[in-house]
Amino acid sequence: MTQTFSSTGSDRFVGSARSRVDGPAKVTGLARYAGEFTGPDLLHGTVVSGTIARGRITGIDTEAAEAVPGVIKVLTHENRPRTAWLDYNYQDAVAPPGSPFRALYDDKIHYSGQPVALVVAEDFETARHAAALVRVSYAAETPATDLTAVGDLAYDPPKKRSGIKPPPKPWGDADAVFDTSAVKLRETYRIATEHHNPMEPHASTVIVEGEGRYTVYDKVQGVSNSHAYLASVFGLDKDKVRVMNPYLGGGFGSGLRPQYQLFLAMLAARDLDRSVRVVLTRDQMWSFTHRPETLQTVSLGADADGTLQALRHDALAPTSRFEDYQEVVVNWSAVLYRCDNVALTYKLAQLDVFTPGDMRAPGAVTGVFAIETAMDELAHATGLDPIELRLKNYSERDATAEDKPFGSKALKSCFTQGAERFGWSRRNPEPRSMREGRELVGWGMATGVWESMMQQTSAHAILTADGKLEVGNSTGDIGTGTYTILTQIAADSLGLTMEAVTTKLGDTDLPEAPVAGGSWTAASSGTAVMKACRDVGEQLFKLARQMDDSPLANVDFERVAFAEGRIAVADDPARGVALVDVMRAAGVEKLEATASAAPDKDFNATYEAYTHSAIFAEVKVDEELGQVRVTRIVSAIAAGKVLNPKTARSQILGGVVMGIGSALEEESMMDTRLGRFMNHNLSEYHVPVNADIHDIEVIFVDEEDKANPLGVKGLGEIGIVGTAAAIANAVHHATGKRIRDLPITIDKILA
Amino acid sequence: MLIESGSPVAADNRIGISLTINGQQRELQVAPWTTLLDLLRERLDLTGTKKGCDHGQCGACTVLVNGTRVNSCLTLAVMKDGAEITTVEGLAGLANDGAGSNGLHPIQAAFIEHDAFQCGYCTPGQLCSSVGLMNEGHAKSRDEIREAMSGNICRCGAYTNIVDAIEDVMQGEAR
Repeated sequence: MTQTFSSTGSDRFVGSARSRVDGPAKVTGLARYAGEFTGPDLLHGTVVSGTIARGRITGIDTEAAEAVPGVIKVLTHENRPRTAWLDYNYQDAVAPPGSPFRALYDDKIHYSGQPVALVVAEDFETARHAAALVRVSYAAETPATDLTAVGDLAYDPPKKRSGIKPPPKPWGDADAVFDTSAVKLRETYRIATEHHNPMEPHASTVIVEGEGRYTVYDKVQGVSNSHAYLASVFGLDKDKVRVMNPYLGGGFGSGLRPQYQLFLAMLAARDLDRSVRVVLTRDQMWSFTHRPETLQTVSLGADADGTLQALRHDALAPTSRFEDYQEVVVNWSAVLYRCDNVALTYKLAQLDVFTPGDMRAPGAVTGVFAIETAMDELAHATGLDPIELRLKNYSERDATAEDKPFGSKALKSCFTQGAERFGWSRRNPEPRSMREGRELVGWGMATGVWESMMQQTSAHAILTADGKLEVGNSTGDIGTGTYTILTQIAADSLGLTMEAVTTKLGDTDLPEAPVAGGSWTAASSGTAVMKACRDVGEQLFKLARQMDDSPLANVDFERVAFAEGRIAVADDPARGVALVDVMRAAGVEKLEATASAAPDKDFNATYEAYTHSAIFAEVKVDEELGQVRVTRIVSAIAAGKVLNPKTARSQILGGVVMGIGSALEEESMMDTRLGRFMNHNLSEYHVPVNADIHDIEVIFVDEEDKANPLGVKGLGEIGIVGTAAAIANAVHHATGKRIRDLPITIDKILA
Repeated sequence: MLIESGSPVAADNRIGISLTINGQQRELQVAPWTTLLDLLRERLDLTGTKKGCDHGQCGACTVLVNGTRVNSCLTLAVMKDGAEITTVEGLAGLANDGAGSNGLHPIQAAFIEHDAFQCGYCTPGQLCSSVGLMNEGHAKSRDEIREAMSGNICRCGAYTNIVDAIEDVMQGEAR
């Protein structure tokens, strides 16, 4: 049993569906985002984006732009102030190995869309107008942006990215055993380049406070990362810079690293000694990070009964010429399936593009699509039901990590409960066997998997004499519901109402926490908040014992419970005292504590921790038009304890919707002659809209995990993983066509 | 109140217009190129209305003009002289029976109840679009709501909850 937050042994708020505490601010327009804060005499910066993908700037004519009344300055590589010299200074907390991009650094062009100038003006429209008048001339070279053409140059990244497990060494002899296997399957899979496209474009507002002090509002998934970056790049005293971001209009990974608009806003603010805001346009949202297109080959050798004998998963992914971005793509195959002969490889090839980055379930979306489509193909080849095949090769230990057992793995419950809810037993395995009018109907399924992680995180709790509690740290609520779950945890920990608790996030004046990513925030910040509240509780207990005629005299801390604003003997609630009375009697205005949480080393030495899911998809395919509709999804999730079923369900819904986008719609198309993404707008880069989304059912199966005191495993990413494979498998079931190249667009259905 | 729009370039070009914004009449001097969206966000500090793409492709900037939903990024302010504008900040004032005890329009309360948003950035546009949709009176079924709400992108993927919230309010009004 995982413990409860409440010392009463039963939680009032944690575990129950609660509406978001930030809901009122978000539905009334009061919630302010990074590009919406202002200051006296605020200047506006508009970025001029480069038009070639490789080469040099030979000249920048800023005369016409500077002649526009209201323009203050045009910053370019020729007149920019100096910033830090060494690469080290530009490496943020989650940077991959390499030399981070520096905007306006020199005349070299690294990728198409690179910022080449910043026009700073008194108002937004003037800056935008003047930016259109900047004339840049180039000496262009031929860019390499076609991944299929550079496979010969692929390499094992020499420096590994921190926190990213490289493929394990092979075991057995996958190639030899594959050759002699009764059933052989070797296919290639491709996932297209995707751009995060949060609804809020990236923006930074730098307010000059005077005396070398700055307040910065930055669209980032963790203000501490931007804070350290600014201090390091601009040589600033961290105490004189405060970075805030109370609300983030979506991130999905694009806001993990500080992006170039932050650098440019601070550069201009320091140069001009005026407050500056820089907001990127939607098309400039294609000018930095993205989920990398990846080419994969999966080879499966099996007995006639479907038992895997050989498993090989090879991936080729692009990176920029300046950093070796890495994600876990191929390991998932051997995490999910037990096999005696396994080889996994992951190679990079450099292109003239910006460095790819983490996008919701980075690597897993990519690799699990390939293995879970391949497993469906193997099921078809062996005549096994796809669930039966997966159960036959089910892993009980993590072969990619010294064969450690899983801390918990309720994937079988996901299969059972998901199949039951979906009606999977009624499926006729024959492709093209179901039809409704002019539409073919298909049912497919797949497994999802994601790491369950924790990060070193601190948080504080402050109880004031009016009985109000504030908790918080510097991480961000990126729409995941962090404000709400931390409020629930704090309320239960000290027996208060949720209304008595205020959660503050996204402010470097608060205790330090990492970026919100990797689905680790609930476990990490949740544990830190719980500990800080416990500490305040112990302080209250000591004060209560010192009261005259204390009802808690001769009672141990282990025997008291916090409930309804009181501290009392657990089995005799009448023997207690209100928290506000304790503080009044002691004459204290506030009690505060800061606590930190870290991964459990003993647990991690013994176990591996993952979340799992089973996704069931129904598609309807118009045979004449080739149009695919996803009419039904059941996503059964095993992710430990669910803190708030309402916001948790929304996390999975969101992951599923983005998975539908990945399966059917999302693709940034590169013109490899120009080295430029062609469809850099929301009318040509399709993301799901309301009409694309039909019924989605989310099931949370029971799972007890002990990686952290909360029993929480994280939910931000698992909803997307495997969803595209389930849909591709359903498309095969509907049409008999196996499409291994995402997205599954009409041309591929009709081909 | 007189609000100046635009930089020195705009000074010679300003045009006087009158708008009623969230029930308050405003006399404004705006440059002819100023969009309704930039007027709201940059000059009037009504930042509830969001800029997601500035091209009419995402719907984050949706406001009500005389009760009809429009993309304020594609609307020049000078085109709407004399119009009544409602933004998310003024939605509660539109509620038929006044705002509820929580001070919210029923659609705002329903969005909270059904968890019809996550990051909140598309939400003001979704809310105004929902009210516009109900004013139009065409969409009755879930499929019709989905279709008629497809001009408002929600990257967090709260679509099913958005439809639940709208359906809830429509059924409440029918009762």
